[in-house]
Amino acid sequence: MKVVVMVKRVADPNVNIRVKEDGSGVDLENVKMAINPFCEIAVEEAIQLKDKGQAKEVVAVSVGGKDSEDQLRTALAVGADRGILVEAERDLEPLAVSKLIAKVLEEENPDLVILGKQAIDSENSQVGQMVAALMGFSQGTFASELTLKDGEVEVTREVDSGLQTLSLKLPAIITADLRLNEPRYASLPNIMKAKRKPITTVSAEDMSVDITPRIQTLQVEAPTDRKAGKILSSVKELVEKLRTHEELI
Amino acid sequence: MNILVIADHDNQELKETTLNAVDASLKIGGNVDLLVAGENCDAVARAAAKISGVGKVLKADNPAYRNQLAENIAPLVVELAGEYSHILAASTTNGKNILPRVAVGLDVAQISDVTSIESSDTFKRNIYAGNAIATVKSTDSIKIISVRASSFDKADLSGDASIESIDHVFDAGLSSFIKEELGATDRIELTSARIVISGGRGMQSSEGFELLHKLADKLGGAVGASRAAVDAGYVPNDMQVGQTGKIVAPDLYVAVGISGAVQHIAGMKESKVIVAINSDKEAPIFQYADYGIVADLFDAVPEFESLV
Repeated sequence: MKVVVMVKRVADPNVNIRVKEDGSGVDLENVKMAINPFCEIAVEEAIQLKDKGQAKEVVAVSVGGKDSEDQLRTALAVGADRGILVEAERDLEPLAVSKLIAKVLEEENPDLVILGKQAIDSENSQVGQMVAALMGFSQGTFASELTLKDGEVEVTREVDSGLQTLSLKLPAIITADLRLNEPRYASLPNIMKAKRKPITTVSAEDMSVDITPRIQTLQVEAPTDRKAGKILSSVKELVEKLRTHEELI
Repeated sequence: MNILVIADHDNQELKETTLNAVDASLKIGGNVDLLVAGENCDAVARAAAKISGVGKVLKADNPAYRNQLAENIAPLVVELAGEYSHILAASTTNGKNILPRVAVGLDVAQISDVTSIESSDTFKRNIYAGNAIATVKSTDSIKIISVRASSFDKADLSGDASIESIDHVFDAGLSSFIKEELGATDRIELTSARIVISGGRGMQSSEGFELLHKLADKLGGAVGASRAAVDAGYVPNDMQVGQTGKIVAPDLYVAVGISGAVQHIAGMKESKVIVAINSDKEAPIFQYADYGIVADLFDAVPEFESLV
Protein backbone atom coordinates (compact mmCIF):
# COMPACT_ATOMS: atom_id res chain seq x y z
CA MET A 1 0.00 0.00 0.00
CA LYS A 2 0.97 3.60 -0.47
CA VAL A 3 1.21 6.00 2.46
CA VAL A 4 1.37 9.78 2.22
CA VAL A 5 2.66 11.77 5.21
CA MET A 6 2.39 15.50 5.62
CA VAL A 7 5.15 17.59 7.15
CA LYS A 8 5.04 21.23 8.22
CA ARG A 9 7.96 23.54 8.86
CA VAL A 10 7.51 25.40 12.15
CA ALA A 11 9.61 27.29 14.68
CA ASP A 12 11.59 24.85 16.81
CA PRO A 13 9.43 24.00 19.87
CA ASN A 14 12.33 24.80 22.20
CA VAL A 15 12.71 28.36 20.93
CA ASN A 16 11.16 31.26 22.83
CA ILE A 17 8.84 33.09 20.49
CA ARG A 18 8.67 36.89 20.49
CA VAL A 19 5.83 38.99 19.22
CA LYS A 20 6.79 41.81 16.84
CA GLU A 21 6.51 45.26 18.36
CA ASP A 22 4.15 46.52 15.67
CA GLY A 23 1.70 43.71 16.51
CA SER A 24 1.80 42.31 12.98
CA GLY A 25 2.86 38.81 13.95
CA VAL A 26 5.60 36.80 15.64
CA ASP A 27 9.24 37.43 14.83
CA LEU A 28 10.61 34.40 13.01
CA GLU A 29 13.77 36.10 11.75
CA ASN A 30 16.83 34.01 12.64
CA VAL A 31 14.64 31.58 14.57
CA LYS A 32 15.65 27.93 14.30
CA MET A 33 13.06 26.02 12.31
CA ALA A 34 12.13 22.36 12.59
CA ILE A 35 9.63 19.75 11.53
CA ASN A 36 6.41 20.08 13.55
CA PRO A 37 6.74 17.49 16.37
CA PHE A 38 3.39 15.86 15.56
CA CYS A 39 4.41 15.56 11.88
CA GLU A 40 7.58 13.83 13.03
CA ILE A 41 5.40 11.23 14.77
CA ALA A 42 3.31 10.88 11.58
CA VAL A 43 6.44 10.24 9.51
CA GLU A 44 7.71 7.67 12.01
CA GLU A 45 4.42 5.78 11.87
CA ALA A 46 4.57 5.61 8.08
CA ILE A 47 8.16 4.36 8.21
CA GLN A 48 7.22 1.70 10.77
CA LEU A 49 4.51 0.47 8.38
CA LYS A 50 7.21 0.23 5.73
CA ASP A 51 9.56 -1.59 8.11
CA LYS A 52 6.78 -4.10 8.80
CA GLY A 53 6.32 -4.63 5.05
CA GLN A 54 2.79 -3.19 5.15
CA ALA A 55 3.60 -0.03 3.22
CA LYS A 56 5.38 -0.23 -0.10
CA GLU A 57 5.97 3.44 -0.67
CA VAL A 58 6.02 6.44 1.67
CA VAL A 59 5.61 9.86 0.07
CA ALA A 60 6.26 12.98 2.17
CA VAL A 61 4.34 16.12 1.20
CA SER A 62 4.75 19.66 2.48
CA VAL A 63 2.93 22.88 1.69
CA GLY A 64 5.04 25.95 2.37
CA GLY A 65 7.93 28.10 1.27
CA LYS A 66 10.97 26.84 -0.64
CA ASP A 67 12.78 26.21 2.65
CA SER A 68 10.19 23.58 3.65
CA GLU A 69 12.43 21.36 1.53
CA ASP A 70 14.61 21.02 4.67
CA GLN A 71 11.76 19.29 6.50
CA LEU A 72 11.03 17.06 3.52
CA ARG A 73 14.72 16.05 3.57
CA THR A 74 14.33 15.23 7.27
CA ALA A 75 11.45 12.89 6.37
CA LEU A 76 13.49 11.35 3.54
CA ALA A 77 16.43 10.85 5.91
CA VAL A 78 14.37 8.66 8.24
CA GLY A 79 12.99 6.56 5.40
CA ALA A 80 10.40 8.30 3.20
CA ASP A 81 10.95 7.42 -0.46
CA ARG A 82 10.28 10.72 -2.16
CA GLY A 83 8.99 14.20 -1.46
CA ILE A 84 6.53 16.65 -2.96
CA LEU A 85 6.74 20.33 -2.14
CA VAL A 86 3.71 22.48 -2.88
CA GLU A 87 5.39 25.84 -2.90
CA ALA A 88 3.38 28.76 -1.58
CA GLU A 89 4.67 32.27 -1.12
CA ARG A 90 2.76 33.20 1.98
CA ASP A 91 1.26 31.46 4.98
CA LEU A 92 -1.91 29.73 3.90
CA GLU A 93 -4.98 29.01 5.95
CA PRO A 94 -5.90 25.40 6.83
CA LEU A 95 -8.72 25.28 4.25
CA ALA A 96 -6.36 26.38 1.44
CA VAL A 97 -3.63 23.97 2.58
CA SER A 98 -6.18 21.16 2.70
CA LYS A 99 -7.40 21.88 -0.83
CA LEU A 100 -3.84 21.82 -2.14
CA ILE A 101 -3.14 18.53 -0.34
CA ALA A 102 -6.37 17.06 -1.72
CA LYS A 103 -5.14 17.94 -5.23
CA VAL A 104 -1.91 16.08 -4.58
CA LEU A 105 -3.79 13.08 -3.17
CA GLU A 106 -6.00 12.87 -6.26
CA GLU A 107 -2.80 12.31 -8.25
CA GLU A 108 -1.13 10.02 -5.74
CA ASN A 109 -4.08 7.81 -4.79
CA PRO A 110 -2.74 6.72 -1.39
CA ASP A 111 -4.37 4.08 0.81
CA LEU A 112 -3.46 5.90 4.00
CA VAL A 113 -2.59 9.51 4.81
CA ILE A 114 -0.94 10.34 8.13
CA LEU A 115 -0.62 13.87 9.50
CA GLY A 116 0.19 15.43 12.86
CA LYS A 117 -2.89 16.20 14.96
CA GLN A 118 -1.97 19.87 15.04
CA ALA A 119 0.84 22.28 14.24
CA ILE A 120 2.48 23.84 17.26
CA ASP A 121 2.59 27.30 15.68
CA SER A 122 -0.93 28.02 14.41
CA GLU A 123 -2.59 25.41 16.68
CA ASN A 124 -5.62 24.92 14.47
CA SER A 125 -5.96 21.13 14.43
CA GLN A 126 -7.96 21.29 11.19
CA VAL A 127 -5.99 20.08 8.18
CA GLY A 128 -6.33 16.31 8.69
CA GLN A 129 -10.08 16.48 9.15
CA MET A 130 -10.48 18.93 6.25
CA VAL A 131 -8.48 16.76 3.86
CA ALA A 132 -10.58 13.75 4.91
CA ALA A 133 -13.76 15.69 4.15
CA LEU A 134 -12.48 16.95 0.79
CA MET A 135 -11.49 13.43 -0.25
CA GLY A 136 -14.54 11.73 1.26
CA PHE A 137 -12.21 9.60 3.41
CA SER A 138 -12.78 8.24 6.89
CA GLN A 139 -10.82 9.88 9.68
CA GLY A 140 -9.07 8.75 12.84
CA THR A 141 -7.92 11.82 14.69
CA PHE A 142 -5.62 11.99 17.77
CA ALA A 143 -4.36 8.46 17.18
CA SER A 144 -2.30 6.63 19.77
CA GLU A 145 -2.29 3.25 18.05
CA LEU A 146 -3.08 1.91 14.60
CA THR A 147 -3.35 -1.56 13.17
CA LEU A 148 -3.82 -2.33 9.49
CA LYS A 149 -6.32 -5.01 8.57
CA ASP A 150 -7.70 -6.11 5.24
CA GLY A 151 -9.12 -2.98 3.61
CA GLU A 152 -9.42 -1.33 7.01
CA VAL A 153 -7.38 0.34 9.67
CA GLU A 154 -8.15 0.03 13.35
CA VAL A 155 -7.27 3.19 15.21
CA THR A 156 -7.23 3.96 18.92
CA ARG A 157 -7.91 7.63 19.60
CA GLU A 158 -7.02 9.72 22.64
CA VAL A 159 -10.35 11.36 23.50
CA ASP A 160 -11.43 13.51 26.45
CA SER A 161 -13.05 10.57 28.22
CA GLY A 162 -10.20 8.09 27.67
CA LEU A 163 -9.49 5.91 24.64
CA GLN A 164 -11.81 5.12 21.75
CA THR A 165 -11.15 2.49 19.08
CA LEU A 166 -12.67 2.81 15.61
CA SER A 167 -12.47 0.79 12.45
CA LEU A 168 -11.94 2.93 9.35
CA LYS A 169 -12.42 1.92 5.75
CA LEU A 170 -9.40 2.60 3.57
CA PRO A 171 -8.43 5.02 2.21
CA ALA A 172 -8.30 6.80 5.55
CA ILE A 173 -6.78 9.84 7.20
CA ILE A 174 -4.97 9.46 10.51
CA THR A 175 -3.79 12.34 12.69
CA ALA A 176 -1.01 11.46 15.11
CA ASP A 177 -1.09 12.17 18.82
CA LEU A 178 1.93 12.17 21.12
CA ARG A 179 1.90 8.55 22.17
CA LEU A 180 1.57 6.94 18.74
CA ASN A 181 5.31 6.20 18.69
CA GLU A 182 8.73 7.63 19.48
CA PRO A 183 10.33 9.13 16.39
CA ARG A 184 13.78 7.85 15.46
CA TYR A 185 16.80 9.99 14.67
CA ALA A 186 18.26 9.98 11.19
CA SER A 187 21.72 8.41 10.90
CA LEU A 188 24.44 10.34 9.11
CA PRO A 189 24.64 7.89 6.16
CA ASN A 190 20.86 8.14 5.75
CA ILE A 191 21.01 11.94 5.83
CA MET A 192 23.57 11.75 3.00
CA LYS A 193 21.42 9.26 1.09
CA ALA A 194 18.36 11.48 1.50
CA LYS A 195 20.09 14.18 -0.50
CA ARG A 196 19.78 11.99 -3.58
CA LYS A 197 16.12 11.11 -3.07
CA PRO A 198 13.76 12.99 -5.42
CA ILE A 199 11.69 16.00 -4.37
CA THR A 200 9.16 17.28 -6.89
CA THR A 201 8.19 20.94 -6.55
CA VAL A 202 4.87 22.30 -7.75
CA SER A 203 3.65 25.85 -7.35
CA ALA A 204 0.44 26.40 -5.37
CA GLU A 205 -0.53 29.09 -7.88
CA ASP A 206 -0.50 26.55 -10.71
CA MET A 207 -2.85 24.08 -9.06
CA SER A 208 -6.17 25.79 -9.90
CA VAL A 209 -7.21 25.83 -6.27
CA ASP A 210 -8.91 28.75 -4.55
CA ILE A 211 -6.49 29.78 -1.81
CA THR A 212 -7.91 33.24 -1.15
CA PRO A 213 -7.62 34.16 2.55
CA ARG A 214 -10.89 34.04 4.53
CA ILE A 215 -9.45 35.31 7.77
CA GLN A 216 -7.68 38.59 8.49
CA THR A 217 -5.21 38.76 11.34
CA LEU A 218 -5.81 42.16 12.88
CA GLN A 219 -3.26 41.98 15.64
CA VAL A 220 -0.83 39.66 17.39
CA GLU A 221 0.07 40.53 20.97
CA ALA A 222 2.09 39.03 23.78
CA PRO A 223 0.14 37.54 26.68
CA THR A 224 0.21 39.31 30.02
CA ASP A 225 2.81 37.41 31.97
CA ARG A 226 2.15 35.93 35.36
CA LYS A 227 4.50 37.20 38.00
CA ALA A 228 6.39 34.75 40.17
CA GLY A 229 4.91 34.81 43.66
CA LYS A 230 6.29 33.87 47.04
CA ILE A 231 8.18 30.85 48.20
CA LEU A 232 6.58 29.95 51.51
CA SER A 233 8.44 28.38 54.39
CA SER A 234 5.92 25.70 55.30
CA VAL A 235 2.83 23.81 54.17
CA LYS A 236 1.09 25.29 57.20
CA GLU A 237 1.69 28.77 55.85
CA LEU A 238 0.39 27.68 52.43
CA VAL A 239 -2.85 26.33 53.89
CA GLU A 240 -3.23 29.54 55.89
CA LYS A 241 -2.77 31.68 52.73
CA LEU A 242 -5.24 29.62 50.72
CA ARG A 243 -7.76 29.65 53.52
CA THR A 244 -7.73 33.19 54.84
CA HIS A 245 -6.06 35.27 52.14
CA GLU A 246 -7.40 33.61 48.98
CA GLU A 247 -10.49 32.07 50.55
CA LEU A 248 -10.21 29.09 48.26
CA ILE A 249 -10.27 26.15 50.63
CA MET B 1 -28.07 36.39 13.82
CA ASN B 2 -28.84 32.73 14.35
CA ILE B 3 -26.30 30.58 16.09
CA LEU B 4 -26.14 26.79 16.23
CA VAL B 5 -24.19 25.15 19.04
CA ILE B 6 -23.27 21.48 18.72
CA ALA B 7 -23.77 19.85 22.11
CA ASP B 8 -21.06 17.55 23.46
CA HIS B 9 -22.48 14.51 25.24
CA ASP B 10 -22.28 10.73 25.61
CA ASN B 11 -26.01 10.04 25.02
CA GLN B 12 -26.60 10.12 28.77
CA GLU B 13 -25.07 13.32 30.04
CA LEU B 14 -24.61 16.74 28.56
CA LYS B 15 -20.96 17.76 28.93
CA GLU B 16 -20.49 20.96 30.87
CA THR B 17 -18.29 22.38 28.11
CA THR B 18 -21.52 22.83 26.13
CA LEU B 19 -22.54 25.46 28.71
CA ASN B 20 -19.32 27.35 27.99
CA ALA B 21 -20.00 27.18 24.24
CA VAL B 22 -23.51 28.58 24.82
CA ASP B 23 -22.02 31.39 26.92
CA ALA B 24 -19.68 32.25 24.01
CA SER B 25 -22.68 32.23 21.64
CA LEU B 26 -24.64 34.59 23.88
CA LYS B 27 -21.64 36.95 23.75
CA ILE B 28 -21.91 36.96 19.95
CA GLY B 29 -25.60 37.73 20.36
CA GLY B 30 -28.70 36.50 18.56
CA ASN B 31 -30.81 33.37 18.67
CA VAL B 32 -29.03 30.31 19.96
CA ASP B 33 -30.17 26.81 19.01
CA LEU B 34 -28.57 23.63 20.23
CA LEU B 35 -28.03 20.44 18.25
CA VAL B 36 -28.10 17.18 20.19
CA ALA B 37 -27.16 14.39 17.78
CA GLY B 38 -26.91 10.94 19.30
CA GLU B 39 -28.82 7.76 19.98
CA ASN B 40 -31.38 7.47 22.77
CA CYS B 41 -30.29 10.93 23.82
CA ASP B 42 -33.59 12.16 25.28
CA ALA B 43 -32.06 12.90 28.67
CA VAL B 44 -29.38 15.02 27.01
CA ALA B 45 -31.94 16.95 24.97
CA ARG B 46 -33.96 17.62 28.12
CA ALA B 47 -30.86 18.84 29.96
CA ALA B 48 -29.97 21.02 26.98
CA ALA B 49 -33.45 22.58 26.98
CA LYS B 50 -32.73 23.93 30.47
CA ILE B 51 -29.78 26.04 29.36
CA SER B 52 -30.70 29.72 29.63
CA GLY B 53 -30.63 31.57 26.35
CA VAL B 54 -31.27 28.54 24.16
CA GLY B 55 -34.21 29.07 21.77
CA LYS B 56 -34.76 25.49 20.71
CA VAL B 57 -33.04 22.15 20.94
CA LEU B 58 -32.77 20.14 17.74
CA LYS B 59 -32.65 16.45 18.55
CA ALA B 60 -31.33 14.03 15.93
CA ASP B 61 -31.77 10.58 17.41
CA ASN B 62 -30.34 7.77 15.30
CA PRO B 63 -27.85 4.89 15.68
CA ALA B 64 -25.66 6.62 13.05
CA TYR B 65 -24.99 9.42 15.56
CA ARG B 66 -24.36 7.26 18.63
CA ASN B 67 -20.57 7.56 18.72
CA GLN B 68 -20.24 11.13 17.42
CA LEU B 69 -18.50 9.89 14.28
CA ALA B 70 -17.46 13.00 12.34
CA GLU B 71 -18.24 11.35 8.99
CA ASN B 72 -21.93 11.12 10.01
CA ILE B 73 -22.44 14.19 12.21
CA ALA B 74 -20.72 16.72 9.92
CA PRO B 75 -23.14 16.26 6.97
CA LEU B 76 -26.07 16.66 9.38
CA VAL B 77 -24.68 19.99 10.59
CA VAL B 78 -24.04 21.08 7.00
CA GLU B 79 -27.66 20.23 6.17
CA LEU B 80 -28.88 22.45 9.03
CA ALA B 81 -26.35 25.25 8.43
CA GLY B 82 -28.42 27.27 5.95
CA GLU B 83 -30.33 29.01 8.72
CA TYR B 84 -27.33 30.02 10.75
CA SER B 85 -24.67 32.73 10.73
CA HIS B 86 -22.45 30.97 13.27
CA ILE B 87 -21.83 27.34 14.17
CA LEU B 88 -20.05 26.72 17.45
CA ALA B 89 -18.76 23.83 19.49
CA ALA B 90 -16.45 23.60 22.47
CA SER B 91 -12.98 22.51 21.40
CA THR B 92 -13.27 19.11 23.01
CA THR B 93 -12.00 16.09 21.10
CA ASN B 94 -15.51 15.75 19.59
CA GLY B 95 -15.69 19.41 18.58
CA LYS B 96 -12.20 19.32 17.09
CA ASN B 97 -13.02 16.14 15.22
CA ILE B 98 -16.32 17.30 13.70
CA LEU B 99 -16.04 21.04 12.96
CA PRO B 100 -13.35 21.04 10.22
CA ARG B 101 -15.47 18.57 8.25
CA VAL B 102 -18.42 20.96 8.61
CA ALA B 103 -16.25 23.85 7.40
CA VAL B 104 -15.32 21.93 4.25
CA GLY B 105 -18.96 21.03 3.64
CA LEU B 106 -19.76 24.76 3.64
CA ASP B 107 -16.48 25.83 2.00
CA VAL B 108 -15.68 28.26 4.80
CA ALA B 109 -12.77 28.68 7.19
CA GLN B 110 -12.81 27.50 10.79
CA ILE B 111 -11.53 29.56 13.68
CA SER B 112 -10.14 27.23 16.32
CA ASP B 113 -10.05 27.41 20.09
CA VAL B 114 -11.34 30.96 20.49
CA THR B 115 -10.66 32.50 23.92
CA SER B 116 -12.56 35.77 23.52
CA ILE B 117 -15.43 37.13 21.44
CA GLU B 118 -14.63 40.69 20.30
CA SER B 119 -17.61 41.07 17.97
CA SER B 120 -19.77 38.88 15.76
CA ASP B 121 -16.87 38.40 13.31
CA THR B 122 -13.76 39.11 15.38
CA PHE B 123 -12.21 36.72 17.89
CA LYS B 124 -9.08 36.17 19.92
CA ARG B 125 -7.15 32.92 20.00
CA ASN B 126 -3.83 31.67 21.29
CA ILE B 127 -1.01 30.65 18.99
CA TYR B 128 2.48 29.31 19.74
CA ALA B 129 1.44 27.57 22.98
CA GLY B 130 -0.08 30.77 24.32
CA ASN B 131 3.09 32.79 23.74
CA ALA B 132 1.14 35.01 21.37
CA ILE B 133 -2.51 36.00 21.10
CA ALA B 134 -3.98 36.68 17.68
CA THR B 135 -7.05 38.81 16.99
CA VAL B 136 -8.65 37.47 13.83
CA LYS B 137 -11.58 38.55 11.70
CA SER B 138 -13.61 36.14 9.62
CA THR B 139 -14.83 37.27 6.20
CA ASP B 140 -16.93 34.15 5.56
CA SER B 141 -20.73 34.28 5.50
CA ILE B 142 -20.99 31.42 7.98
CA LYS B 143 -18.52 31.39 10.84
CA ILE B 144 -17.38 28.03 12.17
CA ILE B 145 -15.88 28.45 15.61
CA SER B 146 -14.52 26.13 18.25
CA VAL B 147 -14.25 27.73 21.68
CA ARG B 148 -11.88 27.09 24.53
CA ALA B 149 -14.29 26.11 27.30
CA SER B 150 -12.12 27.34 30.18
CA SER B 151 -12.14 30.87 28.76
CA PHE B 152 -15.92 31.24 29.09
CA ASP B 153 -18.45 31.11 31.90
CA LYS B 154 -21.08 28.42 32.12
CA ALA B 155 -24.51 29.44 30.90
CA ASP B 156 -27.19 29.20 33.60
CA LEU B 157 -29.69 26.36 33.78
CA SER B 158 -32.95 28.23 34.20
CA GLY B 159 -34.22 28.00 30.64
CA ASP B 160 -37.11 26.10 29.14
CA ALA B 161 -36.47 25.64 25.43
CA SER B 162 -38.60 23.56 23.09
CA ILE B 163 -37.27 20.28 21.74
CA GLU B 164 -37.71 19.59 18.04
CA SER B 165 -36.92 16.23 16.50
CA ILE B 166 -35.12 16.24 13.19
CA ASP B 167 -35.08 13.12 11.11
CA HIS B 168 -32.26 13.64 8.60
CA VAL B 169 -30.07 10.58 8.77
CA PHE B 170 -26.55 10.60 7.39
CA ASP B 171 -24.65 7.37 7.61
CA ALA B 172 -21.48 7.60 5.54
CA GLY B 173 -20.58 3.98 6.29
CA LEU B 174 -16.91 4.96 6.40
CA SER B 175 -16.12 4.25 10.02
CA SER B 176 -17.47 2.19 12.86
CA PHE B 177 -17.09 2.08 16.61
CA ILE B 178 -15.27 -0.89 18.15
CA LYS B 179 -14.73 -0.07 21.82
CA GLU B 180 -13.84 2.53 24.36
CA GLU B 181 -11.90 2.55 27.60
CA LEU B 182 -13.19 5.26 29.85
CA GLY B 183 -11.17 6.89 32.58
CA ALA B 184 -12.53 7.10 36.12
CA THR B 185 -16.05 8.43 35.62
CA ASP B 186 -16.87 8.86 39.31
CA ARG B 187 -14.38 11.69 39.72
CA ILE B 188 -14.89 15.39 39.13
CA GLU B 189 -14.31 16.39 35.51
CA LEU B 190 -10.96 18.07 35.03
CA THR B 191 -12.05 20.89 32.75
CA SER B 192 -14.88 22.06 34.99
CA ALA B 193 -13.30 21.51 38.42
CA ARG B 194 -12.88 24.51 40.73
CA ILE B 195 -9.70 23.00 42.16
CA VAL B 196 -7.18 20.93 40.20
CA ILE B 197 -4.26 19.03 41.74
CA SER B 198 -1.79 17.88 39.08
CA GLY B 199 1.19 15.58 39.36
CA GLY B 200 4.28 15.20 37.23
CA ARG B 201 7.17 12.81 36.86
CA GLY B 202 8.05 13.57 40.48
CA MET B 203 5.11 11.40 41.59
CA GLN B 204 7.29 8.40 40.58
CA SER B 205 4.43 5.90 40.13
CA SER B 206 0.67 5.38 39.88
CA GLU B 207 0.71 4.80 43.63
CA GLY B 208 2.23 8.25 44.05
CA PHE B 209 -0.86 9.70 42.41
CA GLU B 210 -3.00 8.20 45.16
CA LEU B 211 -1.65 10.95 47.42
CA LEU B 212 -3.05 13.52 45.00
CA HIS B 213 -6.41 11.78 44.77
CA LYS B 214 -6.69 11.85 48.57
CA LEU B 215 -5.91 15.55 48.68
CA ALA B 216 -8.26 16.29 45.76
CA ASP B 217 -11.09 14.34 47.38
CA LYS B 218 -10.70 16.37 50.55
CA LEU B 219 -10.68 19.67 48.64
CA GLY B 220 -13.45 18.65 46.25
CA GLY B 221 -11.10 18.91 43.29
CA ALA B 222 -9.97 16.92 40.26
CA VAL B 223 -6.59 15.34 39.55
CA GLY B 224 -4.57 16.16 36.44
CA ALA B 225 -1.11 15.25 35.20
CA SER B 226 1.77 16.52 33.11
CA ARG B 227 2.69 14.87 29.84
CA ALA B 228 5.75 13.32 31.51
CA ALA B 229 3.53 11.49 34.03
CA VAL B 230 1.23 10.21 31.27
CA ASP B 231 4.14 9.14 29.06
CA ALA B 232 5.65 7.30 32.03
CA GLY B 233 2.39 5.36 32.35
CA TYR B 234 1.52 6.59 35.86
CA VAL B 235 -1.93 7.80 34.75
CA PRO B 236 -4.15 7.58 31.63
CA ASN B 237 -4.09 10.12 28.79
CA ASP B 238 -7.40 11.76 29.68
CA MET B 239 -5.72 13.34 32.73
CA GLN B 240 -3.13 15.27 30.72
CA VAL B 241 -3.11 19.04 31.18
CA GLY B 242 -1.23 21.05 28.59
CA GLN B 243 -1.06 22.52 25.12
CA THR B 244 -2.06 19.22 23.55
CA GLY B 245 -4.04 17.83 26.47
CA LYS B 246 -6.77 19.55 28.40
CA ILE B 247 -6.78 23.28 28.98
CA VAL B 248 -7.90 24.16 32.50
CA ALA B 249 -8.45 27.43 34.34
CA PRO B 250 -9.62 26.56 37.87
CA ASP B 251 -9.69 28.89 40.87
CA LEU B 252 -6.83 26.88 42.38
CA TYR B 253 -4.21 24.84 40.52
CA VAL B 254 -1.69 22.88 42.55
CA ALA B 255 1.28 21.56 40.54
CA VAL B 256 3.05 18.78 42.40
CA GLY B 257 6.38 17.42 41.18
CA ILE B 258 5.93 19.21 37.87
CA SER B 259 8.97 21.06 36.51
CA GLY B 260 6.92 23.40 34.31
CA ALA B 261 7.58 22.68 30.62
CA VAL B 262 6.20 25.35 28.27
CA GLN B 263 3.56 22.98 26.92
CA HIS B 264 2.26 22.23 30.42
CA ILE B 265 2.15 25.92 31.35
CA ALA B 266 0.06 26.58 28.22
CA GLY B 267 -2.65 24.33 29.64
CA MET B 268 -2.96 25.91 33.11
CA LYS B 269 -1.60 29.43 33.20
CA GLU B 270 -5.04 31.05 33.18
CA SER B 271 -5.76 29.49 36.59
CA LYS B 272 -6.63 32.06 39.23
CA VAL B 273 -4.17 30.93 41.89
CA ILE B 274 -1.27 28.60 41.14
CA VAL B 275 0.61 26.68 43.82
CA ALA B 276 3.78 24.72 43.04
CA ILE B 277 5.28 22.02 45.22
CA ASN B 278 8.69 20.85 44.04
CA SER B 279 11.96 19.80 45.64
CA ASP B 280 13.99 21.64 42.97
CA LYS B 281 13.94 25.34 43.80
CA GLU B 282 15.17 26.16 40.27
CA ALA B 283 12.15 24.46 38.61
CA PRO B 284 10.55 26.82 36.02
CA ILE B 285 7.10 26.19 37.52
CA PHE B 286 7.96 28.58 40.37
CA GLN B 287 8.08 31.46 37.88
CA TYR B 288 4.35 31.02 37.31
CA ALA B 289 3.27 30.11 40.82
CA ASP B 290 1.63 32.52 43.25
CA TYR B 291 2.80 30.34 46.11
CA GLY B 292 5.69 27.91 46.11
CA ILE B 293 6.79 25.21 48.51
CA VAL B 294 10.29 23.84 48.07
CA ALA B 295 10.02 20.44 49.71
CA ASP B 296 9.83 16.71 49.16
CA LEU B 297 6.32 16.20 47.83
CA PHE B 298 5.97 12.91 49.70
CA ASP B 299 6.18 14.93 52.94
CA ALA B 300 4.38 18.06 51.78
CA VAL B 301 1.28 16.49 50.18
CA PRO B 302 0.26 14.33 53.17
CA GLU B 303 0.83 17.33 55.44
CA PHE B 304 -1.31 19.50 53.14
CA GLU B 305 -4.03 16.85 53.28
CA SER B 306 -3.90 16.61 57.06
CA LEU B 307 -4.34 20.37 57.41
CA VAL B 308 -7.47 20.74 55.27
